[in-house]
Amino acid sequence: MLNHCFLCRNEDLKEMLESSKESLKLEAMKRIVGLIAKGKNASELFPAVVKNVASKNIELKKLVYVYLVRYAEEQQDLALLSISTFQRALKDPNQLIRASALRVLSSIRVPIIVPIMMLSIKEASTDLSPYVRKTAAHAIQKLYSLDPDQKEHLIEVIEKLLKDKSTLVAGSVVMAFEEVCPDRIDLIHKNYRKLCNLLVDVEEWGQVVIIHMLTRYARTQFVSPWREDAVFDENSEKAFYDSEEERRVDQSKPYIMDPDHRLLLRNTKPLLQSRNTAVVMAVSQLYWHLAPKHELSIITKSLVRLLRSHREVQYIVLQNIATMSIQRKGMFEPFMKSFYVRSTDATHIKTLKLEILTNLANEANISTILREFQTYVKSQDKAFAAATIQAIGRCATNISEVTDTCLNGLVLLLSNRDETVVAESVVVIKKLLQTQPSQHSDIIKHMAKLFDNITVSMARASILWLMGEYCEHVPKIAPDVLRKMAKTFTSEEDIVKLQTVNLAAKLYLTNSKQTKLLTQYILNLGKYDQSYDIRDRTRFIRQLIVPNEKSGALSKYARRILMAPKPAPVLQSAFKDRDRFQLGTLSHSLNSQANGYLELSDWPAVAPDQSVRIVEVVEPAGAPVFGKSKPGKSDEKFYSDSEEEEEEEEEGSSSEDSSSSSSSEESESESESEENSDDSNKSSSSQSDSEKKKKTLKNKKLQQQKPDSKDRYWSHAVTKFFLMHIVLSFSNQFVANCRCSLLCLYVFLVCQFDTVSWHVRVSLQASSPVFVPETSRELLHRMTGKGLSAQYRFTRQPCIYGNSMVSLQLTLSNSSDQALENIHISEKSSTGRDIHRFNASGGLRPQASVTVSMGVDFNDSTQAANFQLCTKEDEFSVSIQPAVGELLLPITMSEADFTKEQTILSLCSEIVVFPLN
Amino acid sequence: MIHSLFLVNASGDIFLEKHWKSVVSRSVCDYFFEALERATEPENVPPVIPTPHHFLINVLRHRIYFVAVIQSEVPPLFVIEFLHRVVDTFQDYFGVCSEAAIKDNVVVVYELLEEMLDNGFPLATESNILKELIKPPTILRTVVNTITGSTNVGEQLPTGQLSVVPWRRTGVKYTNNEAYFDVVEEIDAIIDKSGSTITAEIQGVIDACVKLTGMPDLTLSFMNPRLLDDVSFHPCVRFKRWEAERILSFIPPDGNFRLLSYHVSSQNLVAIPVYVKHNISFREGSSQGRFELTLGPKQTMGKAVESVLVSSQLPRGVLNANLSPSQGTYTFDPVTKLLSWDVGKINPQKLPSLKGSVSLQTGASKPDENPTINIQFKIQQLAISGLKVNRLDMYGEKYKPFKGIKYMTKAGKFQVRT
Repeated sequence: MLNHCFLCRNEDLKEMLESSKESLKLEAMKRIVGLIAKGKNASELFPAVVKNVASKNIELKKLVYVYLVRYAEEQQDLALLSISTFQRALKDPNQLIRASALRVLSSIRVPIIVPIMMLSIKEASTDLSPYVRKTAAHAIQKLYSLDPDQKEHLIEVIEKLLKDKSTLVAGSVVMAFEEVCPDRIDLIHKNYRKLCNLLVDVEEWGQVVIIHMLTRYARTQFVSPWREDAVFDENSEKAFYDSEEERRVDQSKPYIMDPDHRLLLRNTKPLLQSRNTAVVMAVSQLYWHLAPKHELSIITKSLVRLLRSHREVQYIVLQNIATMSIQRKGMFEPFMKSFYVRSTDATHIKTLKLEILTNLANEANISTILREFQTYVKSQDKAFAAATIQAIGRCATNISEVTDTCLNGLVLLLSNRDETVVAESVVVIKKLLQTQPSQHSDIIKHMAKLFDNITVSMARASILWLMGEYCEHVPKIAPDVLRKMAKTFTSEEDIVKLQTVNLAAKLYLTNSKQTKLLTQYILNLGKYDQSYDIRDRTRFIRQLIVPNEKSGALSKYARRILMAPKPAPVLQSAFKDRDRFQLGTLSHSLNSQANGYLELSDWPAVAPDQSVRIVEVVEPAGAPVFGKSKPGKSDEKFYSDSEEEEEEEEEGSSSEDSSSSSSSEESESESESEENSDDSNKSSSSQSDSEKKKKTLKNKKLQQQKPDSKDRYWSHAVTKFFLMHIVLSFSNQFVANCRCSLLCLYVFLVCQFDTVSWHVRVSLQASSPVFVPETSRELLHRMTGKGLSAQYRFTRQPCIYGNSMVSLQLTLSNSSDQALENIHISEKSSTGRDIHRFNASGGLRPQASVTVSMGVDFNDSTQAANFQLCTKEDEFSVSIQPAVGELLLPITMSEADFTKEQTILSLCSEIVVFPLN
Repeated sequence: MIHSLFLVNASGDIFLEKHWKSVVSRSVCDYFFEALERATEPENVPPVIPTPHHFLINVLRHRIYFVAVIQSEVPPLFVIEFLHRVVDTFQDYFGVCSEAAIKDNVVVVYELLEEMLDNGFPLATESNILKELIKPPTILRTVVNTITGSTNVGEQLPTGQLSVVPWRRTGVKYTNNEAYFDVVEEIDAIIDKSGSTITAEIQGVIDACVKLTGMPDLTLSFMNPRLLDDVSFHPCVRFKRWEAERILSFIPPDGNFRLLSYHVSSQNLVAIPVYVKHNISFREGSSQGRFELTLGPKQTMGKAVESVLVSSQLPRGVLNANLSPSQGTYTFDPVTKLLSWDVGKINPQKLPSLKGSVSLQTGASKPDENPTINIQFKIQQLAISGLKVNRLDMYGEKYKPFKGIKYMTKAGKFQVRT
């Protein structure tokens, strides 16, 4: 009957789907989705549904997608009918449709379409829409789980997508990376800095994945920052000073954090303020695993904040805090009160808080904690009360000052009305007594008195064991307890019986006169017990202690075997070894390795090559601090438009001097030449290395090469870019005419082959600058220069040393207390830049300073000039990076000339005129 | 990452399932039901349950368990946070997140889940992006849709998805431009037997309801930002600006959102607005116990304490309670042993009290712990930490918005041990 109804309904739905009315179809699909949601089987309708895959109605289409993804695996042949629709949709102009087509296509788990999927992923990974590229990244994982053989091809796609600069893609592609090829960290090198810098803007889920991946990456690439910190005791200041002294003596090479390592820590720190708890936890674990120990404290507050969140979040966070608090008490001690238990907490939350409180206990706070524990012991939640007693036991063993207090407190609990509390107390007391039994015979006596009232077998067994172990301390009571046990032996639990046998044996050995008969009686009872364990034990004990002719040499040692001193148990946290798992992971939470867990490697002893991470020229070579701000930014604000533009485009070298260009080119940092070498159809000519804009000084001699043929050039210009020069010049007149306040800078982009106008311009007159900034910038700090400090400033005057040089003023001052002699610039200039050195300025007295001038040929690039500043004893590497504006020479030009130049420019694709002020 | 999702109601029935990868049989939930049976209280089910081939991560909200099935290593908080986000989204769409609401809107729920996860990885979780993709159901729209056949599903990629401010859609228009901010502070405290404070701290949030046209850029500054010790922001807040100037600068999402949560530094002493005088005693051997409670205002800065609700979990041995309140009403549930007293407003001239006796099971021994008392209350127009908003400015748009700020103090986890 039911079945019949179901069939009927299916027939109805089929009819509706085949009707011509859109609304009926939609209604049918909605009902079908309802069936799927309830877990009912709707696979019979597949043929009817799949027909609607190409529907115009977008909601209908989406519901069909939902259906398809759910059942395609079961109906592979029919599912193939829909593929062509998706292939068409992949070419749709609407990015949402392209993306959802790819999503569904890749979700259909039909092995036969693997090649189609592969092709679509490859195509989508180069799509213009980042949303589609994101979908492609997701599709990578789907295809990989469908057909792992595609791994190699997929890695290629991942490699390509990792280079993507969109924040939308970053999280998804890293996820794919983690799934497909987590061991290929070489793919990360080049993208490391980009990922670090993008991180803040990535969506929150992506952040979690990227942070976890970068944690793993960092552990393979950087050396441990904890090396010296090992001597830093977290709260002993003395050790701090001591080690300072020691270090000065024996550590020749102090630890310097890799700038990339620092970058990661710095860029993740703001994410501690995220509203997403998973992100906060991810950053916390990153700091835990990567940060120097003294920086760790910043994560504490954020973690404690998470405790205000939902119950489930609390649970995970408390687990992690528990692990952390074992190693580093100091981190959480100020927040101890946040871990106080409330009666409304769930049991697993209570136990975790208890765990943390126990970990945090020390001599100073133990009395507060114990007072708090007293309240917990009285809790109505008896399981929790029992856990508290365990915790008291741990505190008592860890902090010897309070052992006696705890013991007395526990003894008081023995008269508690609740069995579980009493039982737990007995067990804990047993463990505590093992540490120092002789002083506590009265406690043992007290327990013997309570013995009759205790019914929990574990507690009874514990008391019996205590009696046996310390029977010599209570010689009168122990035999009496045994006598009582003999009476009730048959009705006891197994665990109690075993301990009774144990007690009997020990008493037999120490006090055989009183207990011989009792022991034999008990052994006889045990012999016929139902449990084989007890029968075995009885037989064994009898052979061991009762001497007879058959017994071997063993019985001689019976006393030593049974009464051997036993080591006291060590009460320790259940979270002791959890730190073998990366914090914040599922494996850590379960304390067992989950499927797909990626081990965190140990720090390498020697850091692998750092240069693998260098991508482009972001920073000048030899710069001491990573990520330093662009020099001169603040002062030169008023050129900054052009300057930033150049820098963003990673301007290649722009040497015009063909004679010197090849040599200087080679010595440029490698990434730059990499940039340039992409250019295919360029020869070794001076202009060759740029498909980008070039800039040149006004007064430069140009050696133009005649193009082979104009046509070739034109076609080249059309297909790629114009070969251009940027001519930058100042024009005072123009300023006046335009009524711009200070300087006007205009940039000419002139076609290279338009050589005519050059000669005109070369003849232009250089004029004096209107504005020369007085502020100078630092070249060498006195701390790094061992007393010698140097500052530089661009004078904006024509350089007297050479036409292509830029003149600089250098102020050297000596802030040390000795005279510095023979200050000069080293002969070997590292970048091959032509530098006119200042005259070696003899000696410099303490606190004196001197101003010298020098000239540097920057080759018209904003590349830094690096050189060595030397004194008699030392050499210091310094670098000067000019702003674009400093490379220019102001010229005077009539308005007519200016307009003429401007018209020439209109031939080019780009004109930039900056009225800057 | 997330393989499948099962929704389980309070009676232990699966009423919705959704799979993002290949189908996982619902028998996997048996492990969850086992854990559910073992737990004494619904809250006691462990959030992470390992099974031989899968891991079940669950959250409990509105008496519904959201059980996610995981197959391999993933940060558990990732899943938990996502599940909570799902619940928030449902609440946002349907007003309530109940079994009935989900069943009524099963198609929208399915469409939502489809957009929120792709292959188990979150795709769109920002409510304002989702609302452009799938329009929330309203009665009017349902009617219109049935007549015209138009759909709830958007055809264009939401503009937010690609922009630098994904939380705000473009082209927002209002005739009345208004921005409201609620500063809500909660006091968490444990008060001991003698009335002294064991621990007390203040947590606060600023919830906003912003209905402004265009792309407004707001800044909100405080009179005393030093009070804020630890903060977490909505992604719209510019962190650098906060670091440097202690000013909240942001382009707000459209509608309701939580701008900021904060924690007031623990150095400041926390004012406790109410006190409780209690006398609860059970005598050995007798089947009666005495129960007396009196509430009174303490440091309230002259504001009235309202909506006071007292609840207490009485010991298991208690059979019934026979009490008389001086104001409000009380109930006692003999099964759960939960006593709750709806007090209302505290009148400082006539303090509310609840007096009477409780009867104990005959023969049962005297309970060894007195029950803890949980108190809820509200104080309007007061932020107990003293936090004050200085000013709110808007840039980027021409019109003058209406601005409003409201303060409120509430009890968080406020417990009195007796």
